[in-house]
Amino acid sequence: MMAKMVSLTIDGKPVEVPEGTLVVNAAKKVGVDIPVFCYHPKMEPVGMCRMCLVEIGRPVIDRASGQPLREEDGSLKIQFGPKLETACTTPVSEGMVVLGATEKVKAGREDILEFLLTSHPLDCPICDKGGECPLQNLTMGFGPGESRYLYDDKKHLAKHVPLGELIYLDRERCIQCGRCVRFQELIADDPVIAFSQRGRSLEIVSYSEPGFDSYWSGNTTDICPVGALTTADFRFRARPWELKAAASICNHCPVGCNLTLNVRREAVSGGKWVLKRVMPRQNEAVNEIWICDKGRLGYHFGAQNAERLEKPLVRKNGELQPATWQEALELVTERFQSVGRGLITLASGRLSNEDLFNLGKLTRSLGGKSILYSSMAGGDLTTQIGFAPGTNFADMGKESAILVVGSDLEEEAPLWWLRVRQAAKRGATLIVLNARQTKLDRDAHYSLRFPFGTAAAAVLALVNTLSPKRPELPESIQELARSSELKAAAKAFAEAKDAAILFGGDGMGLAETQALAQACANLLLITDHFGRPNNGLLGVWPRANDQGAWELGWQPSMNLPADLAQAQALYIVAADPVSDDPAYLNAFDGQKFVVVQDLYLSQTARLADVVFPAQAWTEREGSYTSGERRVQRYYPALQPNAALPPRVESPGSRRAQVLTGLRAELDGPQADFAIPAFLAEKLGYEGFVHASASLVFARLAAEAPSFGGLSYQKLAEVHEQWPIVGRSDLYYGGTTYENTQGLGVQLPLAQGGASLLSWPQVADFKLPKLGGIAFPITRLYDRGATLMHSQLLHKRIGEPYIILSKQEASRLKISQGGFVRITFTDAERSVVVQAKVDEGLPERVVLAPRSFGLPISGPTPVELKPAG
Amino acid sequence: MSKEKPPYILLRHRDIPDLDNLEVYRQNGGFKAFEKVVTQMEPAAVTEVVKASGLRGRGGAGFPTGLKWSFIDNKSWPHYVVANADESEPGTFKDREIMEGNPYQFLEGVAICAYAVQANVAYIYLRGEFWNLAASLDQHIAALEAAGLLGENLFGSKYSLRLYTHLGAGAYICGEETALLESLEGKLGQPRLRPPFPPSYGLYGKPTIVNNVETLANVPLIIERGAEWYRSMGTEKSPGVKIFSLSGCVNKPGNYELPLGTTFRELIFEHGGGIPGGRNIKAIMAAGASSSLIVADERALDTPMDYESVPSVGAQLGSASVIVIDDSVSIPWLIDKTTHFFRHESCGKCTPCREGTFWMSHLTERIANGRARREDVELLYDVASQIRGKCLCALGEFSIEAVLSGIERFRSDFDVAVGEVQTAAHVEQVPASD
Repeated sequence: MMAKMVSLTIDGKPVEVPEGTLVVNAAKKVGVDIPVFCYHPKMEPVGMCRMCLVEIGRPVIDRASGQPLREEDGSLKIQFGPKLETACTTPVSEGMVVLGATEKVKAGREDILEFLLTSHPLDCPICDKGGECPLQNLTMGFGPGESRYLYDDKKHLAKHVPLGELIYLDRERCIQCGRCVRFQELIADDPVIAFSQRGRSLEIVSYSEPGFDSYWSGNTTDICPVGALTTADFRFRARPWELKAAASICNHCPVGCNLTLNVRREAVSGGKWVLKRVMPRQNEAVNEIWICDKGRLGYHFGAQNAERLEKPLVRKNGELQPATWQEALELVTERFQSVGRGLITLASGRLSNEDLFNLGKLTRSLGGKSILYSSMAGGDLTTQIGFAPGTNFADMGKESAILVVGSDLEEEAPLWWLRVRQAAKRGATLIVLNARQTKLDRDAHYSLRFPFGTAAAAVLALVNTLSPKRPELPESIQELARSSELKAAAKAFAEAKDAAILFGGDGMGLAETQALAQACANLLLITDHFGRPNNGLLGVWPRANDQGAWELGWQPSMNLPADLAQAQALYIVAADPVSDDPAYLNAFDGQKFVVVQDLYLSQTARLADVVFPAQAWTEREGSYTSGERRVQRYYPALQPNAALPPRVESPGSRRAQVLTGLRAELDGPQADFAIPAFLAEKLGYEGFVHASASLVFARLAAEAPSFGGLSYQKLAEVHEQWPIVGRSDLYYGGTTYENTQGLGVQLPLAQGGASLLSWPQVADFKLPKLGGIAFPITRLYDRGATLMHSQLLHKRIGEPYIILSKQEASRLKISQGGFVRITFTDAERSVVVQAKVDEGLPERVVLAPRSFGLPISGPTPVELKPAG
Repeated sequence: MSKEKPPYILLRHRDIPDLDNLEVYRQNGGFKAFEKVVTQMEPAAVTEVVKASGLRGRGGAGFPTGLKWSFIDNKSWPHYVVANADESEPGTFKDREIMEGNPYQFLEGVAICAYAVQANVAYIYLRGEFWNLAASLDQHIAALEAAGLLGENLFGSKYSLRLYTHLGAGAYICGEETALLESLEGKLGQPRLRPPFPPSYGLYGKPTIVNNVETLANVPLIIERGAEWYRSMGTEKSPGVKIFSLSGCVNKPGNYELPLGTTFRELIFEHGGGIPGGRNIKAIMAAGASSSLIVADERALDTPMDYESVPSVGAQLGSASVIVIDDSVSIPWLIDKTTHFFRHESCGKCTPCREGTFWMSHLTERIANGRARREDVELLYDVASQIRGKCLCALGEFSIEAVLSGIERFRSDFDVAVGEVQTAAHVEQVPASD
């Protein structure tokens, strides 16, 4: 139902906006900037700072007739109130006249600014916010020219208050607008900071341990309207006006948050371009204006550092030694050609669409096999009944149902957690189906628990209550299947106009997620929730471009160790299986030819015969396909180290360089899409491009059906978004960047998804009587290759640990934080780790976080002993 | 002076010994009114009686009580009643005496109000310093429950009611009804945006009636004796009696229960025994620290103390905490006290109050201590004017009343304070309280 429209004028400009719109927002829509500090368009108004004062007149209504009175000239008779009103708390009404530029209004704003400045340190010259500071800008606009406040009366407060090790507070600069406190409470649902004291002593404090314990803390520095909150990353590092901005896409998870990478060329770094900070870039269909702290503070793996590979390495006399590209490429060409079908290319979703396209094509040309390195399956289904074009979490509300199954969503894909939660707050029916409690349960209408190991069966139980053709259910799920809550949830899901399912890999590996995805697909098919906007299946993949890999035909192997062992040659790109699970070591027996292409000399790379140095995503162009099937472009922010032209000694040699053009000797890291193209060129294959990502994408669009018709130009298109951010003012939306370089395009669904699938195999799952089963879980801050280079998050990542049930802990006589020896019986590997105790966990269940060095790719038997 | 004192209505414990004993209270008609409303009256009819009585809120705003009750949103449930016992206005000490001496009449008023709006739970929010009162009220509530006057299925009806006390943590702002609700919910005591008002969005977001202790203490007798009886006292627009808390430079400070419309002169000179030491009355603050300073001339002294008349001398009746100021008191000294009070009590939520009271207190301190320039008085006036009309709640708006009226009406005191030959001796005096 369309909201009733209301007409009014703001500074003489006529506006028509939906009923209930606040005056400050109506003004923004017609380009009238009403200054605010405490108001933020993503949060409810509080009317604290009083900066948005305007004069508001309303038509005078005759009490007897109910009709508006008119002046002699026929115009509406308007009555203005005696006081200025706050535009951020006042909803529009019919015939309203808003005046935002009168002398009275200007005087009011000057009054408020004078008050704010009485205790403000005015240390703009050394403030990190200087140059992008709402208080600074508004003081220039409306502030009094001189201070009437005695300097000696100024309240001096602590300027270096770490709210945690990530966010610093400058108490003098804080103007008590409360945006940060409200963001943490209302949007992040981590109310770990608050106001303490009162009056002029009001101050922000953090009560959590560690301080400011939230994955969202960095966003408060964006919406802080002064320099009170700064990240440990950017504090005292650069001035905003020195920074250049490059549009990018976060590659930590499948959400695909739009980023802006701020870079600066600086003397302190030897004149190099340096990545100074990561900022959110608005995309209201993806991340709105937020990013999580992993995206903001975990970028260092993609920046330049001493550990990056710079030159190709070739094994000589048993040792990896630097080599030229020419030498390395020729060696690989020769060996790949000789093994042909014996080649396996193993690549991960950390790569771009272009990279995966060229790698896949090369492997096919050689007759080899491409394998996606992933702990989750089901992407064949998301390409068919995934999120249809036009799907946006922001549009899900009262008429929608969202089922989140087998996912600890905030840990796996933080922004989806945030947006699903908001959809639930708007009225969407949220069903959380998992083996254990997660943060999303707080917002769920139905929180359903299945026994560990029975995720797919639990979804079939939902199907069972709705479908005439009933899948058989294993014994362990019967109790849940009979519960009235599950039946009610199934009914709500089926009856919702739109419904979406998010499935993750919480406690599951490949086989389990395969069955789960199939069960989810069946639920969507029988309830007819696919193929149109705001319906479909969303995989909460482990990596940024897993969906893109599936769209391009990449699939994981159900028996990767065996496949790898049988291969004659391996081409491993952006994957480090040996670090993840030492069981893969068996595949590296020294008999087969191994090529690794990566940023760093990983554990796997150390075993290779040839190592190719790759460019980071910050150094090149490319595109990712998000889990929501949105193809998005990222742009280079830095220049790859050695890809800079060689040192120019004289004009003559420079000329020679230009003339030799592409024939110049390759040097330094190369793009992941370029290296397979170089190999293809040497192998004499046609149809490979290495010159630019856009050319590869053009090829990809021509050859991959679901990408048909797309181009880099299309991906770069933008349209106006609400709220309007960036532009001339920074006080309204914060320092998040306006999106001028592309909102991306959602892929059409592949054909063939409309027929009912067979019921997945769901064998009964029972926990053992002795020992235990370890289930993998995902932690946002893990010890994976992409995060361990972060210079900021070490304290949050922590040491390897497992989570035990209370019974197990008491049996082992260990308490919270004690050490335990865990033996992975299949892998014949045992490690000593810290134990955390979770009272809600069933006996025999052990939770083991992925990417913490524990060999866990799915549920796996373990034995526990007290350590020491 | 020879007038016979009529029986007390609110301070009945002064006439009846041991009225804080439930038996004594019941022997004097106690809880008959509550029984009557529960067993014989429709909830809306109770509200009608209170409306007809013309009772107005005694917390300071003077809003018609019955009208407030009628605003309760019946589309949203449950409802709550909250008694505002945060009595914190400097110079106000009436609620305390009611709760100490005549607690059951107040509790019966809470109960009747709860029935009128069909609340099954009512809270009594007491200022933190009233911990001893909270303990005694808890005992009284326990006595009521034991006597079957609170609890389930009262008087055989389906109506149930529970009362709870809650102590604040020592903030003046929590007397503001929405800040009180925040505090009662366990949050930082800061006022909410209004609208929505508590009768539609109150405690835990549910419809809530917040009334002052004295207001509620009126209710049992209004029910018992009728609206007409109540209207027979006071003035037409301000009917009934009011407890005037008299303090400052008077011989007999204390609570005086008098009809609304009694003149300042009668209160101060007849009941309060006049000014000590034969000094001259200089100014009156009718509503505690939130007051404008009334120039205590003949016209002002003859002004009736009711909600309509006090504005004619440039002030408000407010909570009727009448502070008398005599000619021994320097007005700059006085407003330095009020600005420090407001600076200390500002919650800090909105800019003008947080920063303005802080700034004003610096200026008044300098002026009162003879360290100020003439321009500082102008600046003080400017700063106070800048606060006006821009605050989120009434605290900030009231913080400037004494400042502005003090400068406007007692300018010569400021001239003395910023004069060149100040010894500052005059500002060291404290008002005599002998």
